[in-house]
Amino acid sequence: MRYRFGVRVGPVSFRVGSDRRAPVAQLRDLYAGYPAPEVGIADHTVRLEAPRPWRRWLRPQVRVAGDFELPGAVPLPARHALLAAEMAMNLQMALGHRRHLLLHAATVEQGGRALVMTGESGAGKSTLAALLAGAGWRLLGDEFALIAPDTGLAHAFPRPVSLKNESVAAVRTAWPDARFGPELVGTPKGTIRHLVAPADSVARMDEPARPALIVFPRFGVAPDIRPVPPAEAFVRLTEASTNYVALGERGFAALTRLVREVPAVALDYPDGATGMAAVERCWAAL
Amino acid sequence: MRYRGPPAGALLHAPLDPLAAVFHRPSGTTHLLAEPAPQILAALAGGEMDLDALMATLAVEHELLDATRDALTERLDELAAAGLVERL
Repeated sequence: MRYRFGVRVGPVSFRVGSDRRAPVAQLRDLYAGYPAPEVGIADHTVRLEAPRPWRRWLRPQVRVAGDFELPGAVPLPARHALLAAEMAMNLQMALGHRRHLLLHAATVEQGGRALVMTGESGAGKSTLAALLAGAGWRLLGDEFALIAPDTGLAHAFPRPVSLKNESVAAVRTAWPDARFGPELVGTPKGTIRHLVAPADSVARMDEPARPALIVFPRFGVAPDIRPVPPAEAFVRLTEASTNYVALGERGFAALTRLVREVPAVALDYPDGATGMAAVERCWAAL
Repeated sequence: MRYRGPPAGALLHAPLDPLAAVFHRPSGTTHLLAEPAPQILAALAGGEMDLDALMATLAVEHELLDATRDALTERLDELAAAGLVERL
């Protein structure tokens, strides 16, 4: 393809090709400071292309192609090509990655120990991770927690943090120095803006951490904290994993180990500040 | 009616309070089981027995003294439907 971009994020590398210049320029900006794929070979490939030749100029659109595709996926307007690229990278991971147990989770680290936050879209895990990163925690990742089946360690995968709607302002207020990608207005998920991963997270992306606490956050409700027993945590995390079934016995061993060794709490919170304080309290009580 | 459990090594067990996770290697399927299902599987592991022998084994080896024939038959039917126990 005419414009190309390669990047390594922790143990995974991508190459992105595009027939337009803008999305590759935006990716280069978001991923400035990241290493290139080792020996030039990427694990996953994403292509951003016009669904029909005239869609490069006439009401321009972009569709994503790659090793894994969603049949029937609707093309996005070309102005949302960056979102398409990020979603396509997620899709390659979710369907293709086999080296780690993948949990749909945001992960931060302090003192070599990892806090894993998982929940459905809208639970606030990305916002909490961004706020904690702004407060000095190391961001391991926003979209996926990568749990190594042999060691149980959480490996860093610090992509830009996808923030939606009012969470962009909340993070900007709490963290004025934060750097963002372009504002993507009118996407299927509303307004989206990517928070650039802090330089420290990128520089230390090859340092894994030992999971120490699992949090199931729920945003917009009265504050409450309750312990989650291992059996319930196991069920929730199998639902949060994109490759538990594909990993077979290795996935079973990795996930049962995780829920037996790591305490879990369900955390309800009405706003970011309250949620952050509750997370810090749970962490301090370990 | 006799019942047969999976061959030795076919199941991986992980106790997860308050249940037990079981991975069935031949099918790659994970099951979450409540008592007395894990004890039934342990009693039938690699062998077969009838209901009376199973009740006696559960009472002696697993201290499950309050199991009734009807309740045990129901649990065995559930395990058979899940593919973890075979009716002979």
